[in-house]
Amino acid sequence: MTQTSGPITGNGTKKAGPFAALSSPLGRYILRRLVQALLVMVLVMVGSFFLMKLAPGDFVDVLAGTRDLTAEQTAELRARYGLDQPLVIQLVRYMGLLATFDFGYSPINAAPVTDVILARLPVTAILVVASVSLSMVIGTLFGIAAARNAGKPVDLGISIFMLLLYATPSFIVAIMLILVFGLKLGLMPIAGYESVGMGYTGWQHIWDVTRHLTLPVVALCTFYIAIYGRIGRASMLEVMRLDFVRTARAKGISEGRVFYVHALRNALLPLITMAGLQVSSLVGGAVLIETVFGLPGMGRTAYDAVLQRDTNLLLGVIFTSSLAVVTVNFVIDMLYMVLDPRVNLK
Amino acid sequence: MTGTFAHIRRLARHPSGLFGLLLLAAIILMSVSAGWIFPEGPWAMVGPTRLHPGVDPRFPLGTDTYGRDIVSAIFYGARVSLFVGIASAAIALIVGIVVGAIAGYFGGKVDDALMRLTDAFQTIPNFLLSIAIVGIIGASLPTITFAISIVAWPIIARLVRADVLRLRTYDFVQSCKIIGMSDMRIVFQQILPNCMAPIIVTTSVLVANAIIVEASLAFLGLGDPNVMSWGTLLNVGRQQLRTEAYITIVPAVALVLTVLALNLIGDALNDVLNPRLKERT
Repeated sequence: MTQTSGPITGNGTKKAGPFAALSSPLGRYILRRLVQALLVMVLVMVGSFFLMKLAPGDFVDVLAGTRDLTAEQTAELRARYGLDQPLVIQLVRYMGLLATFDFGYSPINAAPVTDVILARLPVTAILVVASVSLSMVIGTLFGIAAARNAGKPVDLGISIFMLLLYATPSFIVAIMLILVFGLKLGLMPIAGYESVGMGYTGWQHIWDVTRHLTLPVVALCTFYIAIYGRIGRASMLEVMRLDFVRTARAKGISEGRVFYVHALRNALLPLITMAGLQVSSLVGGAVLIETVFGLPGMGRTAYDAVLQRDTNLLLGVIFTSSLAVVTVNFVIDMLYMVLDPRVNLK
Repeated sequence: MTGTFAHIRRLARHPSGLFGLLLLAAIILMSVSAGWIFPEGPWAMVGPTRLHPGVDPRFPLGTDTYGRDIVSAIFYGARVSLFVGIASAAIALIVGIVVGAIAGYFGGKVDDALMRLTDAFQTIPNFLLSIAIVGIIGASLPTITFAISIVAWPIIARLVRADVLRLRTYDFVQSCKIIGMSDMRIVFQQILPNCMAPIIVTTSVLVANAIIVEASLAFLGLGDPNVMSWGTLLNVGRQQLRTEAYITIVPAVALVLTVLALNLIGDALNDVLNPRLKERT
């Protein structure tokens, strides 16, 4: 790693120009990660295509179910949409459509799929962002508290609590939250994204939406609080045994400062990788949570699409959420590289 | 295989592992005895409707909105959970081990291609893909098992690949090559037995996860309509949450205890199979 750092300037062997950065190890690493991300998206597209082909009947059959079409008309429609072409040609056409965010028409919403997804995206995005941040903060705090008191009753108590959170599926948490905070105590709204017909604006509106999304976010969080708690604890204990911590202690720095300043910063790194994995699973979990709480998000949309056999819409949601996951993971990899200079670029 | 017995004994001496084993044994017992104790099956309307728990000793956990015995539904549901859990984990294990072993042993282009495929399956939100598959090809126990295992194998593949990648540079593998052993034999007879520990531990997670996904699908109404699953009961109970919360709570507790049992067994296996790791936690 001696000659790896930074774009090389003043080095006679490197050509100047827009692609100069690509020949540095860092540039090559970024490029390779981009190519990998693209390949993954191509595979997702191919997978979507085969899912679509698995569905009984094609787009024209769906259309024919809603209106009377003659045999000539269906044949003409199939020719117009290329459904009479060989499978490979259809696949290439389909990938071209997906790559340009043209997911076709959603019969159940009587609107283009892209419009439907854009309208439902914000709710899910809020849920995911809020859940990732909240679970990371709370989970890490639990992990720190457990590691600070390793072997003591506090550690045992936290471990048992984490074990319970880890074993409870998010939709069970959701139902229990509805039962306790919604139905028994009547403290929180249990359905929808905002109060209907109240006409709130400004801060009132934000407060209203926050109240509606609190229970869904908590339900999505609990499992990951347990994961961050476990990883955080293990990571802290691991780091506390490293040489630099011993050095810090030897210098006479207080135990609290060693723990919270020196060790903590280094122990947080593995948690960031977890966040990338979490996003994908949260979008999946959103199907259940949005359905239970009646939220107009992407997960609920996917569920409705499955129930009403709206394949275009379903595949549009799958493609969009996969793209979001790939993007987040790419950004996290880049972030990791900045935060941990030791990372191996190979 | 003398070690297997020793492992089981050590597992039984591990307090939380023992608790997990006992819970799992109870669940297995429920699924095996369901047919004898409730010969009329879980769908029979045997009592008054919406009977709350503890009112009638004949129905200790009450009846649902159709007058079906909830204890009977829990017993039969255990059967479904265990079947789907074990079957999907088995398929995921086979696919994951084969993919991971090939990728790790041969490396290069093969490895790259297989790892991108693994990435793709880990990128698509898993539950989304599962409901899509079940929705498109129809809900039955085999399709549900397929929809669960097709998203579960990548974890195993990654695990096996990393271990094989490490082990293939070891001297014993080189010796096998020199004496002319075939690649297949080297991978399956020499390398894989040396990386079983993490696979066994992860299997408990696979089974637990499969059980959760099956219950989730049935809860959403996407389960096999011909079998009584804990998710079926949760689906019925959802509409009665205000007045008959027990219809939801009973299967929820059954589900959480099952997952807890599998997690405890997994943690204990981790301690038992990797004694060196124990001091690190």
